[in-house]
Amino acid sequence: MQVASLIQDAAKRLLAEGQVELVLGFSEGSLPLRSTPGFVRRPEDAVKLIWDHTCENNLAVYLLKRKSKTAIVAKGCDTRAIVTLIQENQVDRNNLYIIGVPCTGMIDRRKVEALLEGQELMAARVDHDQLTVEGKDLEKTVPLAEVLHDTCKACTCPNPVIYDELAGERVPEKPAGDFNGIEAFEAMMAGERKAYLAEELSRCIRCYACRQACPLCYCEECFVDCSTPQWIGKAARTEDNLLFQAVRVFHLAGRCADCGACERACPVGLKLSLLTRKMVKEVKDLFDYEAGLDLERKPVLTTFAVNDPQAFLVKE
Amino acid sequence: MIIKKSELSSFLDKLTGQYQVLAPVKKGLEFYFQPISSGVQADLSYSNSVTAPKGILFPQSETLFNYDVQGETADMQECLDTGKKVIFGLRPCDAKSLVLLDKVFHGEKYQDPYYLSRRANTVLVGLGCGEPRGTCFCASLDGGPFGTEGLDLLLVDIGDKYVVEVVSEKGASFLTGASLPLAGKDDRAAAAKAKETAFQACTINLEGLKEKMDVNYDDPVWGFLHEKCLGCGACTYSCPTCHCFDILDEVKDSTGCRVRNWDACMFPLFTLHGSGHNPRPTGKERFRQRFMHKFKYFVDNYGAFACVGCGRCILNCPVNIDIRQVLADIKAGGDEK
Ligand code: SF4
Ligand code: SF4
Ligand code: SF4
Ligand code: SF4
Repeated sequence: MQVASLIQDAAKRLLAEGQVELVLGFSEGSLPLRSTPGFVRRPEDAVKLIWDHTCENNLAVYLLKRKSKTAIVAKGCDTRAIVTLIQENQVDRNNLYIIGVPCTGMIDRRKVEALLEGQELMAARVDHDQLTVEGKDLEKTVPLAEVLHDTCKACTCPNPVIYDELAGERVPEKPAGDFNGIEAFEAMMAGERKAYLAEELSRCIRCYACRQACPLCYCEECFVDCSTPQWIGKAARTEDNLLFQAVRVFHLAGRCADCGACERACPVGLKLSLLTRKMVKEVKDLFDYEAGLDLERKPVLTTFAVNDPQAFLVKE
Repeated sequence: MIIKKSELSSFLDKLTGQYQVLAPVKKGLEFYFQPISSGVQADLSYSNSVTAPKGILFPQSETLFNYDVQGETADMQECLDTGKKVIFGLRPCDAKSLVLLDKVFHGEKYQDPYYLSRRANTVLVGLGCGEPRGTCFCASLDGGPFGTEGLDLLLVDIGDKYVVEVVSEKGASFLTGASLPLAGKDDRAAAAKAKETAFQACTINLEGLKEKMDVNYDDPVWGFLHEKCLGCGACTYSCPTCHCFDILDEVKDSTGCRVRNWDACMFPLFTLHGSGHNPRPTGKERFRQRFMHKFKYFVDNYGAFACVGCGRCILNCPVNIDIRQVLADIKAGGDEK
């Protein structure tokens, strides 16, 4: 059976039986290769739910502060965020029904745009593992794998780590991440890396879409919004933009689900995953910990082990 | 008059001697309005810039004045930008948005010297849209792909050259001394043809919207429209008509500056009072504010919708909230469909 119909059946059943009040899923978007989060409350509306390679948002962000019984459609990375939210007492597992979906990757529209030589994307279709896109007077077919988000290409967790029911067959597990995408970034010398980041972040418009799209960025008052004291310049100046991202990423150390939601939300196309994935890698190297993989394992920054590396301690 | 495409960059080169020239520049996949030092940097092969050129006249952050406090007195320097600028190749929708901003910053009660100084010293050279994007709906908002409102000059692409149409006196005097060749009969016919054939697929029907919004403040529709909105600034910061701002001081010891930054109604911090009270406490009120401001309050205050149909909010929203659909839902009203 199609994944979409499995999701629809589950949603319909859960709503009809009164097990949940709301199903969070994806519905048809208004532009080619776009879906939109779908909030479904009536069994008859379950047919609006879809599943395809455009369901890129991390819906876990909508679970915060939700009191009523909710079902959520969640990919592998989304479930990692959910695990961390449960561990951090932001989401009550008893109020949550997870419709897990094994994921084969989401399409990066910027990669598609790059194929179209400046033409507007008019239509797109996926046939097996090929994507065909149409511009005004141009049509191209490429292997789907080529146009997936970098975070999807490097994903080691395509299957949900936690779920109440699974929509679709599990997909083959991938080997542990080699962090390919960030190698070039890591290889830069400090000065070079700083110059690169400054050039990139000079484009940041401080819209905070990255922060808002991130399920783990839930501080009641973000340090950038604080005015007494004011920790950071509010203007979209490069040095403050750098500071904003640096602190954001540090605050996500050991928590980031590596889902790429921040990067997907950025309207100016900043490659934020270079920073977030670098941090994920640091945490893995230092503590052998990857966030959100195991509900039972204590979050790394809340525990202490005698053999934790302590390179930061001042030595005699 | 005409500008041959092959001579465009030398035309711009000459301008950069006399003006600060801002034109679309390609960075990665996107286009941004940026100061150029040489004509070759400008790239007019764009549909529109990610963020609106309004930021040139009303910057995202600007220092209003600097001060130095000594005992009981203070030394103060105002930062008025009086430099001569040309915005070259902006789209008609973005030019029209400046006419809307004029209503706010050049109002009866309030004159904004910072904006007005830049506005008075800036020449706007528009570029008509032969191929509107699928998300463009300017024609539904009293504009059009070749609209001239707000512009000083309009360029019409006719293949290997641009026909330059004079819109304002400022535009005419800008061209004196440029010694551009006159447009021939064929050129003018080609320009007329380009305007005729530009096809805008997308339209929205605004009939009855204002009347509806006069009475729908408590409509249940607001209860679900906002649900998937993340409360970011991607829509308002890219919008050419949004103009809310916040003012704060950046102080170090006895010196400081007063800075004005864009604000956005979708942020939780917007209208948060010092007491901690917020009249718009949740996403619902904030989302309603954005649409009320554009399609009701602005109409009440200035007699026009505060949207020019550029479609940027549609393209930039990370969760695909589409203003066209939102307006249709507002009009339909009632509960979740
Ligand atoms: S989404 Fe992009 S532009 Fe917006 S604040 Fe984040 S990094 Fe900056
Ligand atoms: S509301 Fe949207 S379509 Fe209208 S002017 Fe602003 S960004 Fe453009
Ligand atoms: S909205 Fe109209 S004026 Fe603006 S870019 Fe599109 S077609 Fe051109
Ligand atoms: S861009 Fe979209 S998600 Fe962000 S505030 Fe605007 S409508 Fe909401």
